[in-house]
Amino acid sequence: MNLTKDKGRRVAAHLQGIPRSGIREFFDIVSTRQDVISLSIGEPNFVTPWHIREASIYALDRGATAYTSNLGLLELRRAIADYVRESFQIAYDPASEILVTAGVSEALDLAVRAVMNPGDEALYHEPCYVSYAPVIALAHGAPVAVATRREDGFRLTRARIEPAITPRTRVLLLNFPTNPTGAVLTHDDARGIAELAVERDLVVIADEIYSELTFDAQRVSVAAFPGMKERTIFLNGFSKSWAMTGFRVGFACAPPDLTEAMMKIHQYTMLCAPILSQKAALEALRGGAPDLARMRDEYRRRRNLTHAALNEIGLPCHRPEGAFYAFPRVGGFGMRSREFSLRLLDEEKVACVPGAAFGASGEGFMRCSFAADLDELREALSRIRAFVKRL
Amino acid sequence: MDELLKILKENALESPRDLARMLGLPEDEVKQRITDYEAKGMIRAYQAILNPNQLDPNSVQAVIEVKITPKREGGFDRIASRISKFPEVESLFLMSGTYDLLVFLAGHNLREAAHFVSEKLATIEGVLSTSTHFMLKTYKDHGVLMEDKAGDERLPVSP
Repeated sequence: MNLTKDKGRRVAAHLQGIPRSGIREFFDIVSTRQDVISLSIGEPNFVTPWHIREASIYALDRGATAYTSNLGLLELRRAIADYVRESFQIAYDPASEILVTAGVSEALDLAVRAVMNPGDEALYHEPCYVSYAPVIALAHGAPVAVATRREDGFRLTRARIEPAITPRTRVLLLNFPTNPTGAVLTHDDARGIAELAVERDLVVIADEIYSELTFDAQRVSVAAFPGMKERTIFLNGFSKSWAMTGFRVGFACAPPDLTEAMMKIHQYTMLCAPILSQKAALEALRGGAPDLARMRDEYRRRRNLTHAALNEIGLPCHRPEGAFYAFPRVGGFGMRSREFSLRLLDEEKVACVPGAAFGASGEGFMRCSFAADLDELREALSRIRAFVKRL
Repeated sequence: MDELLKILKENALESPRDLARMLGLPEDEVKQRITDYEAKGMIRAYQAILNPNQLDPNSVQAVIEVKITPKREGGFDRIASRISKFPEVESLFLMSGTYDLLVFLAGHNLREAAHFVSEKLATIEGVLSTSTHFMLKTYKDHGVLMEDKAGDERLPVSP
């Protein structure tokens, strides 16, 4: 076989089955347009608070340019342990149960690869962040989607998960607050899911990257329930909480055997998270509590404004309880979500990601990020209003 | 601070309608609360924040440290009140430390500012000394940066 000539076969077979992200396709279209207001951005519109940037500059000034421990700076792991204990009531040992990663994206990949065997099934709830199914497939696992529905406010319950469990199910992947729906886990739902995970002996990967952006509800982590710490890989990071997406720093907390397994992959592939980002993360944890409150308050106002405006416009929208996305229904106009988004882009120059990019059950919806400047957000909503009026 | 005041402090031009949506309150209630704040004097004024670097190049701004002898009746307040009535005085504070009053002065030109200090301020009975510092450039005022905002570095679409 000549792999240079036979191009169809030189890319690994399991990779060929993975489609490009729908977000990527939409990005390519939007990038060719001028003067577009984008509500398609999955990152904060704040710049990282100055004291955090300054800490990184100071570290650079002092010559912090080396590798760190594979697990991450011990000081940072200690600060993470304190933060997770205070905020989520879960105690992790900084020496053996915390791993600092290059963003929570890396942590997710490590977690999945650390626990999946080829052919194992991993459950995840949909509509969801675009990476879950591909990351499972890259680990030679079988992704199994559990649909959540608008009628339930995109909540996930034990009853919805249970029918999808088979003898091959090994992992349950949770993302609350959810990108793109803004759903959160209620205390009762979390308890039900935790009991199910214990009964069926599932490993739970809890991606709680948006946890600091929980607006009204009490924040709960599934990892805090009885019997859960030993079976949960808790993922979190700094990107959304402290507007630090470009720093690429996140972390995974898990029992020692799972942390060790993730660390092995991390050690041979990434080595360690960038030291300047770790220094910045440490400053975020030490002095960043006021930033969290300030940004959360601003997002809450924008959430309220966006939620009210979309419903007035005639795009029915449940109230997002977390993250910074509204997920209105756009399916009532005889168009698929992709067509709706493309026409909105063409006619009013507003970019919102079609819901289908977040899985089949996202069809009929559209994701509007309210991590946007308030004036831009207002302008975009008024353009959406004009567009819907014409339909 | 009340969230309504927080928002208005940042942008006094927010409409009652959007304020109502952001706070999740009825519009009438928002209007009423603003009226109440104004009546109580908690909201004292609404102003635009200008960039002095782009205004009349002859205009000057100065801070003046003033030492005074407190009066028997009224203490510092009587002298402060007198100084505050001059329209050139933009802000006035009673300070702890080596001087007593800090005056923020805005003048149309240097001569006018000098005239104010030597003829008006220094001659007030009870004013012992003044020390005037002229401002050379404004970087930030009332929490607002004077440099142009950097553009949005974010990609137009991200997951």
